[in-house]
Amino acid sequence: MTLLLRTRDLSAFYGDFQALFAINVDIEEGETVAVIGANGAGKTTFLRTIAGALPTAPQAVLFAGQPIGGKTAHDIVRLGIAMVPEGRRLFPSLTVEENLLLGTHSERKGPWSLKRVYELFPRLRELRHLPAPSLSGGQQQMAAIGRALMSNPRLLLCDELSLGLAPVVIRDIYQCLGAITAEGTTAVLVEQDINRALDASARFYCFQEGRLALTAPTKNFDRAALTAAYFGL
Amino acid sequence: MQWINILVQGSLLGGFYALFAIGLSMSFGIMRLVNIAHGDFIVLSAYVGMIAVDATGLNPFLSLIIVMPAMFLLGYALQRGLLNFTLSGGLLPPLLVTFGISVIIQNGLLQGFGAYDHRLKEGAIETASLHLPGGFDVGVFPLLVFAVAVASIGSLQVLFYWTRLGRAFRAVSDDADTAELMGIDNRKLYAVAFGIAMVFTAIAGILFGIRTIFDPAAGPIRLILAFEAVIIGGLGSLWGTLIGGMVLGIAQEIGAALNPNWQILAGHVAFLALLIMRPSGLFPRTRD
Repeated sequence: MTLLLRTRDLSAFYGDFQALFAINVDIEEGETVAVIGANGAGKTTFLRTIAGALPTAPQAVLFAGQPIGGKTAHDIVRLGIAMVPEGRRLFPSLTVEENLLLGTHSERKGPWSLKRVYELFPRLRELRHLPAPSLSGGQQQMAAIGRALMSNPRLLLCDELSLGLAPVVIRDIYQCLGAITAEGTTAVLVEQDINRALDASARFYCFQEGRLALTAPTKNFDRAALTAAYFGL
Repeated sequence: MQWINILVQGSLLGGFYALFAIGLSMSFGIMRLVNIAHGDFIVLSAYVGMIAVDATGLNPFLSLIIVMPAMFLLGYALQRGLLNFTLSGGLLPPLLVTFGISVIIQNGLLQGFGAYDHRLKEGAIETASLHLPGGFDVGVFPLLVFAVAVASIGSLQVLFYWTRLGRAFRAVSDDADTAELMGIDNRKLYAVAFGIAMVFTAIAGILFGIRTIFDPAAGPIRLILAFEAVIIGGLGSLWGTLIGGMVLGIAQEIGAALNPNWQILAGHVAFLALLIMRPSGLFPRTRD
């Protein structure tokens, strides 16, 4: 296994407020890793910092061995890190297909194309000419995942895939995610729905108030230790 | 019959105002940049056209071959080197910076060319007219300006809805942060957008210089007319801007028919009345 993403003493700030403190995370190529934690623990900040939306020190984030901390977000997508943002964030004045095509602006070559995204999410093909806001929440989430895949990422960052969706829809989305990671795409899942995240991943990191509180494999871990790390008991 | 004439003349005049407004509408629509120097860029384009005509002997229409790329480059450089730095702090910083640019352009032109009036001379087309059935005349030049306005908006529509670049423009207009996460270099894209806006400003400037006299202080009034056309039409809608310009033009023609002194006033009154009745314009599109 080769190391794909490594953070070393990663810190992040919103103005004077420090949101992340010295986070050390190692993610290997092909792994699916969950990042869990209570509201405000810094999970989304962690993803946004890796994706380049927030500044950090160059050596704080290594991607495939290269320091990428502090690079701009559009450069980082080109290196192969794609984000499925919290709340989908589809472009409302674009159609579904135009939203998907926007993923190609990173100009990364790879296996993903409109055709393949439509194979993964057949519903999207039928809806492709509709404006994005007219889709249901689950369909929008599929489009947001498809848009990220269109950039042919090596690392897929998923922020709260289950947010606001019905359980049956969440199950479908995670099934599709399983199909994506089975092909070797590395994924980081940020979730508040702990069980969902743990089911889909092999390993988890638990954040608490901007610090890493616990990391363990998702098989046979100590529930009591997770509860303590989650709530800071 | 007189009223039909007023409608026709006013609509044609409206095409002219819409042409003034395209650049303004684009820079606001894509990067939420309120360009106070827009009118001065129109006037600057006319001066650049004048220099090009003097230097090459081309007629003013053909000088666009030089003026359009020149204004594109100026727009690209200004956005890249200056205006991009003003966009993260809300609406006020770009307002102040473009206000400064406006002062610089006006005084630079005054320094370079003096306070005299200038014109671009295009010859017979300026005064040619068509006799339409029903007994009224339509100027060839206003007709041409209207056609250019429609063609300009049509071509921008094609750009926005049929090209990869246009898709990126619309995405950035919707949500600049997410567009950046999808691999779009917003700052570069903004520079291209401002460059394209300046191409249309160049067209407006040359036609303006042929239609009427201009001097270094002629910018601000063009800015107001452009603003009014954009606001009446609704922010972000280019066809709305054309309708907005036509409303303005028709109001002015009606005012002028009642009393020649009321022409300009009537346009402003129509603008204020519409602002009270429909604060977001006739066809609003842009989300805040």
